[in-house]
Amino acid sequence: MLAPRHVDHATQAPVTHFPADQRCLTIDRFSLAYAGKPALQQLTLQVPRHRVTAFIGPSGCGKSTLLRAINRLHDLNESVSHSGDITLEGQNIHAADMKLTELRRRVGMVFQTPNPFPMSIYENVAFGLRLQKRLAKRQRDDIIEWALTSAALWDEVKDRLHHSAWQLSGGQQQRLVIARTLAVQPDVLLLDEPASALDPISTLKIEELIRNLKSQLTLVLVTHNMQQAARVSDYTAFLQQGELVEYGPTDHVFTNPRLQRTENYITGRMA
Amino acid sequence: MTWLKNALQQGVWPWLCAGSVALSLLMLGALLALLLTRGLGHFWPAALTEVTLNSGDVVAGEAVRDMPLPDQSGSERLYFTGNRDLDDARWRWVATDAIARQAQPENLLRLERRTWGDFIGYLEAVEVNGERFTGDDAWQQVQQALSLPTAQRARYQLTLRTPQGQTLRQSLATVISAEAPNAMHLGEKLGAWGSDVWQFLSQGPRAANTGGGVWPAIFGTMLMVIVMSVIVTPFGVLAAIYLNEIAHQGPLTRLVRVGVRNLAGVPSIVYGVFGLGVFVYGIGGSLDEWFFADALPSPTFGTGGLLWASLTLALLTLPVVIVATEEGLARIPDAQREGAVALGATRLEMLTRVVLPMATPAMLTGVILAVARAAGEVAPLMLVGVAKLAPQMPLDGEFPYLHLERKFMHLGYHLFDTAFHGEDVQAAIPLVYATALLLVLIVLVLNLTAILLRHHLRRQRGSEC
Repeated sequence: MLAPRHVDHATQAPVTHFPADQRCLTIDRFSLAYAGKPALQQLTLQVPRHRVTAFIGPSGCGKSTLLRAINRLHDLNESVSHSGDITLEGQNIHAADMKLTELRRRVGMVFQTPNPFPMSIYENVAFGLRLQKRLAKRQRDDIIEWALTSAALWDEVKDRLHHSAWQLSGGQQQRLVIARTLAVQPDVLLLDEPASALDPISTLKIEELIRNLKSQLTLVLVTHNMQQAARVSDYTAFLQQGELVEYGPTDHVFTNPRLQRTENYITGRMA
Repeated sequence: MTWLKNALQQGVWPWLCAGSVALSLLMLGALLALLLTRGLGHFWPAALTEVTLNSGDVVAGEAVRDMPLPDQSGSERLYFTGNRDLDDARWRWVATDAIARQAQPENLLRLERRTWGDFIGYLEAVEVNGERFTGDDAWQQVQQALSLPTAQRARYQLTLRTPQGQTLRQSLATVISAEAPNAMHLGEKLGAWGSDVWQFLSQGPRAANTGGGVWPAIFGTMLMVIVMSVIVTPFGVLAAIYLNEIAHQGPLTRLVRVGVRNLAGVPSIVYGVFGLGVFVYGIGGSLDEWFFADALPSPTFGTGGLLWASLTLALLTLPVVIVATEEGLARIPDAQREGAVALGATRLEMLTRVVLPMATPAMLTGVILAVARAAGEVAPLMLVGVAKLAPQMPLDGEFPYLHLERKFMHLGYHLFDTAFHGEDVQAAIPLVYATALLLVLIVLVLNLTAILLRHHLRRQRGSEC
């Protein structure tokens, strides 16, 4: 199932290619700058469907920037400019006929700090649903139960669905945020260091959840934690200073990196 | 200077800080205590004293206060003697050395009258339907008859005698209340006190604001504050949303923000002048020309009124609401906004469903501050619509019920007017204290309501901001 790898001579980075029917996201020579300062440079990367892809790299390398670009969250910031294409299931996300709200429904995002809304647990999960078509209460209840179950939270909250979401623990809040995103049935779930603010047990729960969710959707994970990337991801992309350094199956990148730079980072020998 | 340095290092700081807090609390406590004792004490049925002087003169009334004589040779005492229709003065200073005898006769009465103020003296007789009562019977007749309607009370003729021996015939219809404070026990005094306080709160003013109650002023203050809140809240909140959420955060926005903050420091009378020029003469004058031309030259909207006063105060308190709301908006983490947007919410949905509900407590804080400021503001109101005595309430049963063009009474202005424009300053002093206490209480109640509401909202969400 692995596609042949070859070296892209432009960036000297080994690039993994997937056949067209396995690609979920295609990033093609994508560059992005904050107020003229480049943050991403000529990135080319393919994210396979129903797999977990991890972006790793030192702070400021652009991995979170790339993640947010997939959701077009940078649109909120006027000083950001970009070039190149990002394609979701064959559709350019910057195309004129791509509705921003529709893109964001299809590409869910979970942030570093849990950000449940100041409402009940139920209303948090219903938030995305209410933005769309009107649903009968029965139908909505079913989706909410399904989303909370998928996020491994249902058993813990089923008796207090109408309590404030802010009373949950950090780990529960993060799973609630995942459930909230799942409820609108996205194709892709972007996770921006989803466990960095959590204790080890909650972290394990989130990691287990990520592994389970890949049967339903495509996951992209940004993490600082090398072990976490090794534990949960199928593919790993190593970014440095806005460039893609190495991309490949996780075991290859971690056990047998092609480039010295990658090996130095992974083994902690960053100068 | 080393001792000072050492003292500071050795923990004088906490004491200094605690000391300032204690001093502030002390001043606040003293203010409230003064207002409470003077304001509420005014309604207490005070004992009436009959004083016979060395010269043989008789003075009867309520002892108000003692003052030392300038040459330290003793002191003099001020008595409220009433009976202005008979001896032209309601107050009398008496040197304490000149007092030969004092007594507090139980049958010494104090009658509150519609004209000429209080009467202090004795009840000789009551005539009704050809019958004549004297002594205790007369007093009982009067007490029973006081609860009758005015028309029936007019049939009672009182014969009154002043402590000096003058006789006065008066119809009971002119008497509002009668009491014999020296004969009252504590329970009766409490009852009389309660009913006096209630009258103060529920009735209109009498005798050029030196008597009666302040109900129209309470009502006017509240209504003006409510109309103002209705105007200022949406404007302030929308402006804050624009500044914080929509506007490009450049130098221009910063300039606007600094400008708004500085507007809060403009003296309020300046807003009054603006209100008079723009609202009353400009807009009000034009409205009169277009819609109320029949009534000209007497103005309808082209003169001060509730609407213009509320608008002026709304302008005055706008910066407060904007600043408080903006601070609330700025405290909301961007993660909340991004979370909503990442779920497919448009900017408007994000604002109305996540950001604004979270900023509601801050908005309420802004409105609380605005209300507290507006309720106490007097200077601009004098230019744009407050009246010494408003003949009609701005809200009544007559269509269209809320009369925004009418002048209204305001507690702050009433206080000012009573204190400085009354003909009888001595009588006004306790009323000034009582009105001030009421003004403080109203602001306190309005604030408490908003604080409780905010607390409730926070608990509902379990939120911290």
